[in-house]
Amino acid sequence: MARQFMEAIPHSRELAMDLVSIDNGIAEITMPYDEKLVGDPSTGVIHGGAVSALMDSCCGAAVMSHPSSPTGTATIDLRIDYMRAATPGQAISAVAECYHVTRSVAFVRATTFDDDRDRPVATATGTFTVSQPREKPAAETDPKT
Amino acid sequence: MSRQPVEPVQIVRQRRDEALNALVDGVPYIRFMGIRFDRRGDELTAVMPFDQKLIGNPILPALHGGVTAAFLEVTAIVVLSWNIAWDRMENGHRGVDEWDGKHLPKMPKTIDFTTDYLRSGLPRDAYARARVNRSGRRYASVHVEAWQDNRDRMFAQGTGHFVMPTLDE
Repeated sequence: MARQFMEAIPHSRELAMDLVSIDNGIAEITMPYDEKLVGDPSTGVIHGGAVSALMDSCCGAAVMSHPSSPTGTATIDLRIDYMRAATPGQAISAVAECYHVTRSVAFVRATTFDDDRDRPVATATGTFTVSQPREKPAAETDPKT
Repeated sequence: MSRQPVEPVQIVRQRRDEALNALVDGVPYIRFMGIRFDRRGDELTAVMPFDQKLIGNPILPALHGGVTAAFLEVTAIVVLSWNIAWDRMENGHRGVDEWDGKHLPKMPKTIDFTTDYLRSGLPRDAYARARVNRSGRRYASVHVEAWQDNRDRMFAQGTGHFVMPTLDE
């Protein structure tokens, strides 16, 4: 199921993202180094945008795996802080935790590492929409919809 | 009083286009995303033509949230670099002819970037413009707006802070 989840997302497949683990609101996704993702040709460091794509995917996966089992999610807001450049040539991996869910919003934080797990490359905080399975009887739903 | 001779328009245009190309063409990630920049005077508009590989939700379908964030961040960095380059060019620091694949101008470094997703990105071309709200000696703050079919309906906006490159002179 985990592999198919990543394979079904064209952009994640394009960046060769791999879902390492996903359970109980916590997800880890890894992404190999690739020359096409370089943002600074003089150093070979990958672009922040590629880190954003990894973090966004990982946060979304964390939301989907939350015990409240949402049926869908979309990013409302995502802030990324860049601590340092990812070491060229090394894969990076993001770990995201969905630490609170309301009826409509999920709150997530994530950290991205390269081989050096003691010094994060970037951290993120985000809020995501939550779609819940329909359970209310028709009479209770908003008459406008 | 003697006036400076007016430079022929094609010389000015060539210098500006070469400077912009130097900022954009040498970056593999910008090429991978298919992002290009249209220039009107000093104003840049980023254009990201739709491509299937940019999709994050194939059922809707919608652009990947990371693609949207990346598009805004690329726009912010290029526009900020362009503003720095523009000031240097206008002040007579040419040096643009030395910018090629190996010797690029130093780029600003992202400190943080926040993306505000206003509506889902449609499977269409996307556009973005950035405004440098503050550009100091060490730090800069840049705001970006992105839209698709309709300029008045942004699908995302973002704000980023950057460490300015040290000028090598």
